[in-house]
Amino acid sequence: MMKEEKHGLGMSAKRTISNTIIYIILIIMSIIWLAPFFCIVFQSFRTESTWQVGYVIPQKWGLDNYKALLDSSFVDWYKNTFIIALVVCVLQTIIVLCMSYTLSRFRFKMRNFLMRFMLVLGLFPGILGIIILYRVLADMGLTKSNAVFGLILVYCAASGMGYYISKGFFDTIPMSLDEAARIDGATRLQVFIQMILPLAKPIVIYTILTAFLGPWGDYVFAKFVAFNEPSGMNTAVGLFTWLAPDAIGRKYTMFCAGGVVVAIPVTILFLFLQKYYVEGVTGGAVKG
Amino acid sequence: MGKSEKKKKNSNGLSFVKAFIKGDIFTKLSAPIFGLGCFVRGQIARGVMLLGFEALFIWYMINYGIYWVSMLPSLGLEGPAKEYDSFYDQYVTVYHDNSFKILLYGVLTLFLILAVVYTLMTSVKMSYTAEMKKKNGQKVDKFKDDLKSLVDEKFYKTLLSLPCLGIFLFSFLPIVFMILVAFTNYDGAHDGYITGLFHWVGFDNFKTLFSSNGGTGSYFKIFMSILGWTIVWAILATFTNYILGILVAMMINKKGIRFKKLWRTILVMTIAIPQFISLMYVSKMFDKTGLINGFLLNAGWINAPIDFWGTPLYARILVVVINIWIGIPYMMLIATGILMNIPADLYESARIDGANPFQQFRYITMPYMLFVTAPYLLTSFTGNMNNFGVIYFLTGGGPGNSKATAVGGGVGHTDLLITWLFKLTQGTEASYYMASVIGIVIFVIVSTITLIVYNGLGSNKNEGDFA
Repeated sequence: MMKEEKHGLGMSAKRTISNTIIYIILIIMSIIWLAPFFCIVFQSFRTESTWQVGYVIPQKWGLDNYKALLDSSFVDWYKNTFIIALVVCVLQTIIVLCMSYTLSRFRFKMRNFLMRFMLVLGLFPGILGIIILYRVLADMGLTKSNAVFGLILVYCAASGMGYYISKGFFDTIPMSLDEAARIDGATRLQVFIQMILPLAKPIVIYTILTAFLGPWGDYVFAKFVAFNEPSGMNTAVGLFTWLAPDAIGRKYTMFCAGGVVVAIPVTILFLFLQKYYVEGVTGGAVKG
Repeated sequence: MGKSEKKKKNSNGLSFVKAFIKGDIFTKLSAPIFGLGCFVRGQIARGVMLLGFEALFIWYMINYGIYWVSMLPSLGLEGPAKEYDSFYDQYVTVYHDNSFKILLYGVLTLFLILAVVYTLMTSVKMSYTAEMKKKNGQKVDKFKDDLKSLVDEKFYKTLLSLPCLGIFLFSFLPIVFMILVAFTNYDGAHDGYITGLFHWVGFDNFKTLFSSNGGTGSYFKIFMSILGWTIVWAILATFTNYILGILVAMMINKKGIRFKKLWRTILVMTIAIPQFISLMYVSKMFDKTGLINGFLLNAGWINAPIDFWGTPLYARILVVVINIWIGIPYMMLIATGILMNIPADLYESARIDGANPFQQFRYITMPYMLFVTAPYLLTSFTGNMNNFGVIYFLTGGGPGNSKATAVGGGVGHTDLLITWLFKLTQGTEASYYMASVIGIVIFVIVSTITLIVYNGLGSNKNEGDFA
């Protein structure tokens, strides 16, 4: 304090200045972070032209782009994405929770091997495996217009590898709780369902949320499995085709409208479940 | 090593060799005839399952398995050929062997054989356990007991079986397959069935990648330039996000700053919006005809649109900057939680010692953050090396590298190894074997970095907790 007074500036004055600077930075940041999203919303209501223009505010407002969406393959894409995300969300949550609970609570012969095995497997780029998976799925008839089933299978099958964050959470629930219940005659199954799951509510919600967001925004796997068949695409793959050089002139504003429609449900979901998401993300990063 | 071996022995309790040597005749015969020992000791259900598995295996091997495995060394003898069809009176293409299926089912059959060997050992051990129990006058486990233990002591088997099967079939097996593909010539012109068989080529593909024949257009030169950019990108992307994310978190956390929740929510909202939308949209914003150029032109700051994505240097700078835009909210979230855990008295005493805010950041905040988030930093580094989305949606790897067009897929100045790998798998000129080779190289690089850092961390952690 002495030091600051020597500079001829009071502590509070100095703090006010530094806080003002921070406010200015935060406001500028908020603008930068939100601007693209406002732009996309504005452009989705633009009706005077369908291609890219150098201004944001439409000259003519209208819902034409949203109406056009309803008559395009976008309806299929949206339906596909929705079905995939919902089913994967349920199955993947079950698989991840089983995996992480087991690895957290049981000590068995293969446990360490299994964990190391999955760690090494995770170091391979995931795109690599899709080359063969695509051909196997094609043989089974689960690609192109049946891509929804193929994709559900691909997303769910190996989802056990994403056990890490929820295992970290289960580890923080004391083992003595399990043991007490077991002494009272509960089986492991009962302990898991009636005791541990309710306690682990935040991480269950986090798992559900991420399991939904994953397929909702996936591109690579969906691109392989749909294989240029419009009826088998999800929104990411489909909307990307609208930005191709030969399509963007006709479809740009529709792309904006589509983007808004895709973003709205997850943004709402996210805002409600933000707390749990933050908890999962921070927990995962710290335990590493 | 010794410790883990001891553990293994304890939990295992019984070795196959011991059971086989010490067991009676039925136990010994349980090796060729699965489940015999179980039948003899009244464990009918177990016996039926074991014997049934063996029967199924033999049936499969005779009908399919032997063919697949015997074809593995050659990957198919007869490719597609034009043959004269007397019925239609014309030449038609007839397809014969399928290298792809041979490799796939051959490998699968090999794993099945391993599973059978394991079952054989289990059969003998089960029989021996039951034999000993009978001898000691104990009750032999019935099938009902087995089922009951699957929701209790052995509950882990129930919980793990499906996830592990999925990982085996959809993650492990494809990776084994693709590693093997790196040693073949599987590509668009040799897809194994329709366009032609593929076969083993040994280390030729690795030699192609690592030999500099062909001057500046060679695989090696291009590989090195992509690898160089991949590493530069990973370092820039990881550390800019990390440091700036922490700074933003600190600004929001600072005492006296109001509306903390609002600032955080604004940033977090951008996480919610699917990345592909924000990336595609932002990519178009920087187009020649996009919003940014429109704005700059209208403001009169430039006379002609800037070709952001067509100029290598601009494109590289932009992907890093846009990645900061994508990554800061995420890092801010992580840092917020951790910053609150830093003991306040550390800062207090630093202030008394006359440390300025920068020194506090340098000597308290950063070391603490680094210590706590080191594993996260590692995964985010390797994640950035393989950051497909940001590069693919923003630039598609471009602007194109004119020198590299001779090499599959058209390589660009912002291509990472992973996007190059992806490009190599697309189209009719796909070069799956090269994609596999690059996949293996990525694995080697990532695992080396992981190993080095983990070993470094291990010694750190032993020194005890920070502060």
